[in-house]
Amino acid sequence: MVTQPRRETLNWYFPRGIMSLSSNRTTQLKQPKPRRTGFGKWRPGQQNEAYFFLLPSLLGFAVFVLVPILGAFVLSFFRWNLISTPEFVALRNYQELIFQDAVFRKVLGNTFFYALTIVPLQLVFGLLMAIALNQGIRGLELYRLIYFMPVVTNIVAVAIVFQWLLNRDFGVANAWVWQLADATGWPIAPPDWLNSSFWAKPAVVLLTLWKNVGFTMVIYLAGLQAVPDSLYDASKVDGASTWQRFRYITIPMVSPTTFFLLVIQLIGAFQLFAEPFVMTSGGPAQSSLSIVMYIYQNAFEFGRMGKATAIAWILFAIIFIFTLIQTRLQRRWVHYEVGP
Amino acid sequence: MTKRRRLQHTIIHVLLIIGSLFMLLPFLWMISTSLKEAREVFTFPPQWLPSSPNWSNYARALTSMPFGRFYLNSFIVATSTTIITLATSSLAAFAFARLRFKGRDSLFLVYLATLMIPFTVLLIPNFVLVRYLGWYDSYQALIFPPAFSAFATFLLRQYFRGIPVELDDAARIDGASSLRIWWQIIMPNSAPALAALAIFIFLGNWNEFLWPLVVTNSENMRTIPVGLNSFQGQFSVRWELLMAAAVVAMLPVLVVYMLAQKWFIKGITITGMGGR
Repeated sequence: MVTQPRRETLNWYFPRGIMSLSSNRTTQLKQPKPRRTGFGKWRPGQQNEAYFFLLPSLLGFAVFVLVPILGAFVLSFFRWNLISTPEFVALRNYQELIFQDAVFRKVLGNTFFYALTIVPLQLVFGLLMAIALNQGIRGLELYRLIYFMPVVTNIVAVAIVFQWLLNRDFGVANAWVWQLADATGWPIAPPDWLNSSFWAKPAVVLLTLWKNVGFTMVIYLAGLQAVPDSLYDASKVDGASTWQRFRYITIPMVSPTTFFLLVIQLIGAFQLFAEPFVMTSGGPAQSSLSIVMYIYQNAFEFGRMGKATAIAWILFAIIFIFTLIQTRLQRRWVHYEVGP
Repeated sequence: MTKRRRLQHTIIHVLLIIGSLFMLLPFLWMISTSLKEAREVFTFPPQWLPSSPNWSNYARALTSMPFGRFYLNSFIVATSTTIITLATSSLAAFAFARLRFKGRDSLFLVYLATLMIPFTVLLIPNFVLVRYLGWYDSYQALIFPPAFSAFATFLLRQYFRGIPVELDDAARIDGASSLRIWWQIIMPNSAPALAALAIFIFLGNWNEFLWPLVVTNSENMRTIPVGLNSFQGQFSVRWELLMAAAVVAMLPVLVVYMLAQKWFIKGITITGMGGR
């Protein structure tokens, strides 16, 4: 029934284990009591019926998704501060951004820094934690409860907590360095995380990692649990080492999960907003400003609606290209099992 | 269990406990600070235990801003958005999964294509639209624009397709209308997916920051994240009050999470995008 390309798209969207909800369901199907007073009879043409079912969704979808997409496209060719008459500037918003705007260049750099640190770190830590939890140890539920806890918390609240945690003089993160300095008399000083243009970005990365690594771990755990034990047993018989089992069984078997996480986390990391907004306000000197923050600033602080929309489209292009590259490259390293 | 295996497990437990402490440290530091007196906050080395728990920080934080109202707003917004999303997307998903009509596949493709567009692209035009509709700083603005993602429709359609179509046929022979089939066969049989999706949507909207920040203005319309953000603007270095407010903002979700861990994890993992 399902054609090959469609199965692939679904696979990267829902790697093994994640869609576990949809399996084993046939056992407990609920059937309605037959009643003959239904207000409609089976008709071969279901056109009107379909409109009825689609209407609420389609209406909202048209107003809040399709029209805004078109609106965003048009808006990006205008200069407009909400009050003035919109002025048509053709491609000048894009031109300015790409060729002249030094802040935009900086913001791009910051955002790439975020994406290229957060995503690999999350994948590595998430996988390691999931493997540790998958060894049949006791207390799995408790560990998972703790590791996943930051995922459900409110980003504004935890960003404020991290601000205090990373406070230069009184934060816990720096305390041990100060104590070491006091005890030994060495001239060492811990970083002033949030007021240093070098450390502000790592501070944001740290917060993001802490908040989201539990999510990566849980997804990997689902992927790992779908790996058949027989593979490991067979490799043990053949005398494979722990490292070899990790490298030649675990990594390829979870590669669809890795691919899925890579795609969605890159999309997420490129759109980082609340973390720098609350924790550093993008500073000092724009050193932690992200693209989405810059969109926010342009639109709601500088009143440049057109320019802000143009940035959003450039962001879309970046995300699109990265996703495309990944889907192209996946053939080389993502291993889809043709299992039962 | 062999000796080697026991040793292995001990090492794993030690590592996992270190990791747990790292994950819990911000929470503990938050609670500890929230119970300190103002003069205790700036001490070196940091004190993990306040000399005596000072609950008045909570009273002070809760009364200096209408947190009750913030809660109410977040609750109204998250609940309404969840209900609207589930209702509209399950109807649409039923049509896509079960009905035959002209243009079905191309329309579905349009839905799918919009999944590629990041929310930031829609942010500004939706803001303009909300102002144009006269919805700025209102519940409508907070509720409706986020309620129509193609994602829920897509997810439910996939799930509905897994339900045996023989059930529909049997009901049709018994004279059931499509609406009854949707409500009495498809919906009950999708309960796990619907529950997971509901948790995902509720939590996402409860924690959403950027959209409410953009479309609200008056204090009375703020949701918890936006209210907390403005609280921080007002009490920038009163860490004991800020931490108390942070505890207040997090607590209900954390309590529910501890009680229903499995459902939270399921809700966020099946829907994938939830981590952020």
